[in-house]
Amino acid sequence: MNKKTLIFTALLAAGTGAAAQAETFKFAFQGSLNGLDPYSLNETFTLSSLGNAYEGLTRRGADLAIEPALAERWEIIEPNRWRFYLRKGVKFHNGNDFTAEDVAFSVDRVRSEGSDLTTRVPADAKVEIVDDHTVDFVLTGPNPILNYEWDTFYIMDKEWTTENDAVKVTSASDTTPNYSSLNANGTGPFKIVSHEAGVKTVYEKNDGWWDEIKHNVDTVEFTPIPSDATRVAALLSGELDMVYPIPVQDIKRINDNAGTVALTGPELRTIFLGMDQMRDELLYSDVKGKNPFKDEKVRKAFYQAIDIEAIKNKVMRDLATPSAIMISPFLFSKSSEFERYPYDPENAKKLLSEAGYADGFTVGMDCPNDLYVNDEAICQAVAAMLARVNIKIDLNAQPKAKYFAKVLASGGFDTSFYLLGWTPGSLDSWNVLSNLMSCRTEAGEGSPFNLGGFCDEKIDKLTGEVLVEIDPEKRDGLIAEAYKISHDNAYYIPLHQQGLAWGVADNVELVQRADNQFKFRFINKN
Amino acid sequence: MIGFATRRLIQAMIVMLVVALLAFTMFRFVGDPINQMVGIETSIEEREALRERLGLNDPIPVQFLRFVTNAAQFDFGTSYQFRQPVSELFAKRIPATLELSFTSALFALVVGIPMGIYAGLNRESPISKFFLSVSLIGISLPTFFIGILLIFLFSVTLQWLPSFGRGDTVQIGSWWTTGFLTISGLKALILPSVTLGLYQMTLIMRLIRAEMLEVIRTDYIKFARARGLPNRLVNFRHALKNTLVPVITITGLQLGAIIAFATITETVFNWPGMGLMFLQAVQNVDIPIMSAYLLLTAFLFVAINFIVDILYFYIDPRLRVGRP
Repeated sequence: MNKKTLIFTALLAAGTGAAAQAETFKFAFQGSLNGLDPYSLNETFTLSSLGNAYEGLTRRGADLAIEPALAERWEIIEPNRWRFYLRKGVKFHNGNDFTAEDVAFSVDRVRSEGSDLTTRVPADAKVEIVDDHTVDFVLTGPNPILNYEWDTFYIMDKEWTTENDAVKVTSASDTTPNYSSLNANGTGPFKIVSHEAGVKTVYEKNDGWWDEIKHNVDTVEFTPIPSDATRVAALLSGELDMVYPIPVQDIKRINDNAGTVALTGPELRTIFLGMDQMRDELLYSDVKGKNPFKDEKVRKAFYQAIDIEAIKNKVMRDLATPSAIMISPFLFSKSSEFERYPYDPENAKKLLSEAGYADGFTVGMDCPNDLYVNDEAICQAVAAMLARVNIKIDLNAQPKAKYFAKVLASGGFDTSFYLLGWTPGSLDSWNVLSNLMSCRTEAGEGSPFNLGGFCDEKIDKLTGEVLVEIDPEKRDGLIAEAYKISHDNAYYIPLHQQGLAWGVADNVELVQRADNQFKFRFINKN
Repeated sequence: MIGFATRRLIQAMIVMLVVALLAFTMFRFVGDPINQMVGIETSIEEREALRERLGLNDPIPVQFLRFVTNAAQFDFGTSYQFRQPVSELFAKRIPATLELSFTSALFALVVGIPMGIYAGLNRESPISKFFLSVSLIGISLPTFFIGILLIFLFSVTLQWLPSFGRGDTVQIGSWWTTGFLTISGLKALILPSVTLGLYQMTLIMRLIRAEMLEVIRTDYIKFARARGLPNRLVNFRHALKNTLVPVITITGLQLGAIIAFATITETVFNWPGMGLMFLQAVQNVDIPIMSAYLLLTAFLFVAINFIVDILYFYIDPRLRVGRP
């Protein structure tokens, strides 16, 4: 064999090697991708998955910073008028051009009946098309966070949607399946080539994507695997490249196994305890004629009776960050100003006896058992800790379907003491203030997820100011003020930011975003 | 015969109606479906509007009547989570469940019958004793545990067989998909069907063994042996044939059980059949899927019972004599 043939053979080998390297990336998640209509369900996994095929005017990077996507740039030309300059030369997967018409159409559709994302664009905002690639949003008042949730407000093709009779948003009350629920046509880095709900979804690389392609996979296969043990086994056996979430107790096993590693990091979700502070008598307690939670001392006693480090170490196996405020420290610049009340059962007992409950009391606690990481175990730990200061907890842990039916507005806020988690969809504090901390009526008008129903007019006033304050520094000051009131009064007992745990094969590099969204454009498989 | 069949049919209808009523009442207690259908930030007004559109605010008798009327026409409504017609979803999932059930039934019969015969004929041999101890494990260990054990051994440690799913499937006709025609499909069948069929296998084995022991003691077997017939003929022609009546009944009923209760095996192996869909539906309060599944299961049992009854009629001549 002479040199020439040797080189030729080597080249040939290299050539076939590259050709055979059509990389397929397989992963599993605990839930399923139910439908492909981007406006049907405001839920992290659905939006995360569809965000690989669809794109918004903006997107968020690996560090969650807002980046331009379908809009190249934008500016506030008048206080109430935002101008978006759209990217030119972008095509949908079916070859149609992306224009201002599509943006106007998507805004109408996302605000129409049946959409679960109606709040993405304010109801009274108007869209004005300036030219094919310029759009104005005209608001009725200043709104500093207009585009904060637009990374998950996906732009659809007007022509495609109209042609396929899918202008109406897929709703659960429909009797015939909507075309957009079974097919997708976005501008994103991946096309959805097949989708069988609850079984398998296959994505293929979009070669005509407008941005530089940094990933190296050609096909992505998604399988929903609801059972934890099966999901972990599928990763350990090497059949899958990535599974999430993984149970915290399996992290060590995955790390010990050759070829897999557990990727952990903080999630934006804050887990906290809330108390009924609205009713004059608790629904589930042996204290009659009054509501102990209306007494700030009792709330602080509960707060200080909880050994947060023990929950972090024992229950969460260190996959949690104790928290002093109701939002992730990543999302609020002044979060370092806050500190938890120290764990001090003696002081808790003292506070309780000052409040007139020296012998303690009994209270019922509601807890989900399939919603957050080790949710039921956290509640059990809390119950055991409170028992040490003579508070007896009747724990009622149930699946999320039953839990939500009981504690949310539709169940009449039927709870005295509960555990809940919250991630602000806009990644901004105003969402927390308006959903969790403002006053509400008995029916839930106002702040619907303030399940305990406490009402502090100062927080209400600040919430209103935060909504329209444009200056970032001033705005953060107002937010800090509101959080401080909540902290000083112990309206809530924040516990921790729960952690994310993904199981990944060693030969795969990817980005674990703190909002638990999984973006295929960051994948590199070696 | 016709009278017998008609009586059975009427009974079956009553059973179905009762199941429908039970299913319907039960699902009022599993939780609020609305919370599973919208994101957590959806406003109270929008939730109420959705509840109204779905007819969840109607009086309960009205809802039940609508449910039964539609179900009688095989219209089970639209799945809350997938937003597709339930009948279509089931049609897509049925092949997976049926193939799995069929394979495990076959496994139970092919392995269980010879083991039972052997244990019945050689009751003192160590192998028989071994079979009996193994069958004890099969009966006493819960399915999900056996499944996880098999996955750990054959998928994670040895990496011989896949731990989840159906492998590659081939489309036959408009809606049937099969895993029988691809290597990965066949490999994927092994672990789940062993897991699912293990209980039935031990049951059949023990049943055949007990029946054999009884039949062998009867006079006609002794007489056959006295006639000098070869052992093989005595054992299989005379003895085995007469043990089969109860075995057929049990196998028939167990086939129903295999199909209906494949739920756990399907969950452990993430087998994309009806059982897995049912379990996900329970978690998400997808009432249309849950009620359709329960009705389908009831229908299956009623139908199998009916067929077994008729079969009985043919196998056992004594039944024919006593009836008009």
